[in-house]
Amino acid sequence: MTDWKFIARQLVKNPLSLAGIVLITLFVIIAIFAPLIAPTPEGQGNPYLIPREGYGATPQPPREDYPFGTTQGQYDIFYGCIWGTRSAFQIALVVIAIVVLIGIALGSLAGYFGGILDEVIMRITDVFLAFPALILAMAIVAALGPSLRSVMIALCAVWWPSYARLIRGDILQIREEDYVEASRGLGASSRRVIIRHVLPNAIYPTLIMASLDIGAVVLSAAALSFLGLGAPEGYADWGQMTQFARNWIVGPIGDPFRYWYAVIIPGMFILFFVLGWNLLGDAFRDIFDPKLARR
Amino acid sequence: MENVIKIKDLTVRFYTYEGVVYAIDDLDLDIRQGETLGIVGETGSGKTMTALAILRLIPHPGKIESGSIVFFDKRLGRELELLKLREDRMRSIRGNKISMVFQEPGSALNPVYTIGDQISEVFLLHRRQELASRARQQLDSLLSDGKGPATSMKKPFWRWQSRLYSKIAQDSNLLEPRLLGRLPLFRRLLWRLKHEAKLLTVDMLKDVEIPDAARVATQYPHQMSGGMKQRAVIAMALACSPDLLIADEPTTSLDVTIQAQMLELFRRIKVDKGASVLFITHNLGVAAEVCDRVAVMYAGRLCEVAAVEELFLHPLHPYTKALLEAVPMPGKELQTIPGVLADSFNPPPGCRFHPRCPSAMPICRQERAKLKEVSKDHMVACHLY
Repeated sequence: MTDWKFIARQLVKNPLSLAGIVLITLFVIIAIFAPLIAPTPEGQGNPYLIPREGYGATPQPPREDYPFGTTQGQYDIFYGCIWGTRSAFQIALVVIAIVVLIGIALGSLAGYFGGILDEVIMRITDVFLAFPALILAMAIVAALGPSLRSVMIALCAVWWPSYARLIRGDILQIREEDYVEASRGLGASSRRVIIRHVLPNAIYPTLIMASLDIGAVVLSAAALSFLGLGAPEGYADWGQMTQFARNWIVGPIGDPFRYWYAVIIPGMFILFFVLGWNLLGDAFRDIFDPKLARR
Repeated sequence: MENVIKIKDLTVRFYTYEGVVYAIDDLDLDIRQGETLGIVGETGSGKTMTALAILRLIPHPGKIESGSIVFFDKRLGRELELLKLREDRMRSIRGNKISMVFQEPGSALNPVYTIGDQISEVFLLHRRQELASRARQQLDSLLSDGKGPATSMKKPFWRWQSRLYSKIAQDSNLLEPRLLGRLPLFRRLLWRLKHEAKLLTVDMLKDVEIPDAARVATQYPHQMSGGMKQRAVIAMALACSPDLLIADEPTTSLDVTIQAQMLELFRRIKVDKGASVLFITHNLGVAAEVCDRVAVMYAGRLCEVAAVEELFLHPLHPYTKALLEAVPMPGKELQTIPGVLADSFNPPPGCRFHPRCPSAMPICRQERAKLKEVSKDHMVACHLY
């Protein structure tokens, strides 16, 4: 248990990682208490649909009942941002979990057993890596039909190869260690050797990359939504909020910042979410760096 | 008495990109019951490969080409051909009946687990039934003398556990315990197995003379000194009282005072447990200290096998003589063996030692010398005899 205390102390000691923790905690609270912060209007079935006030195209500035104003199509920015936090966590965690699992499974098979299996798995990852990630993701979403689930599937498809490679590399290194040989010499099966002796020693770079990538996944999902390949219109999702703001980035001549709230506010949510995860990921990297002396 | 290990015509080759490496070439070697057999030779002479071949753990591009390794299983009372065993049968022999101590104690222990975890893993792998029956006895005594309201609440639960453990004790491969061991919450039920393994582990650590064994069992490898780690590694290898202990240069990376302690420990273990030991070393002094018989290897072949005094007092093979000359002694000029170890991709024809041999004859270049017994228990492979 001293390890957990050590990690906690290191996290709090560094002001940047502390900022990361505060940001992420804030977003977690927003996501959990979304129904209290932005109550769903009565009579509306799906809470993820943003309530709208009319159908006017021009965004309207913040006012009573709409603290962040309304964006194109009179969608409530405040409601969209608050409930969008839930969508962001959903996309990020699901995609990263799936990607890490696929990466661990394929990477450890390829790395530990080597030979033909390694060749086959690695050439498949090469094929996936050969396509520009965003374009492949767009093609997959377009083929499956735009929806939040398609976005997640597409992101998983373009994201897993880098994890498979990373884990394979680390396992190649660890499997040469004496203690792996020793545990085989003690009669452990291949499965036991991989799960108990190789993976626990090879997993840290992957966990650090995963924590850094949570932000990146949200960014990519937002990029897809911005291109109109995301959630259906009116679904609470930060990417879609920025898409609504696309035509209002610059206001009329003489008043370029007139529609700032439609652009800046959803952008800020994305910015701080990604920033928080990056700071946290950096902190984890520092903690798990073996060169850092403990005690 | 049957020999523990009989190796016949063992050939191991490595198929690498650069060519074929003749790691072991037609090796014949017996390990007798209860003896310590030393294998000495230069780096790359095939000592470690011989050990790994016995465990069938030759690393990837390597292959056991031909030959046989017969292991006499004391508990079964019959011989097993190791090279023909199924992989799962082989796993039940590794670490159980034949175990190995590796050269570098620091890297032979997994840094992410405590010493106790790693040694109890051996018990959990090979001694499940024994652990289960011990756990059941523990539960039965809890059931019989437990009083009070709290215990009567737990009693049905304990009875169920006890039934489960007695099932494992009968057959560790039954479906029910195996299934339960995989399910996240139910596997907790089997914690008593781990607990019993921990108790055995502490006993084992005491056995290899580790002070304060209970505390050491909760430590990680990086918190221990080299000598302590080597003791822990030896404890791990000895956990299941193997018939054969293979020690691959177990003292090379330790400093001299610790070396002496380790050699003492090995000698005691041999007497206590009645195990045979295959002791691999390149240090002739160490070999003289612990071994009953010594085998000298050169470039994947056996040169000479003899009892330890015989070998040191009357060496026959020119390579053995040269090795003994190369031991540093005060007041004596150090003799080195001219030339370098035979190229393993293109070994010299005939006797592999002939390019470096002071008494090489024309026949040495053409024909390989067979291992022959020149006097009782003294075998040598050289055309001189």
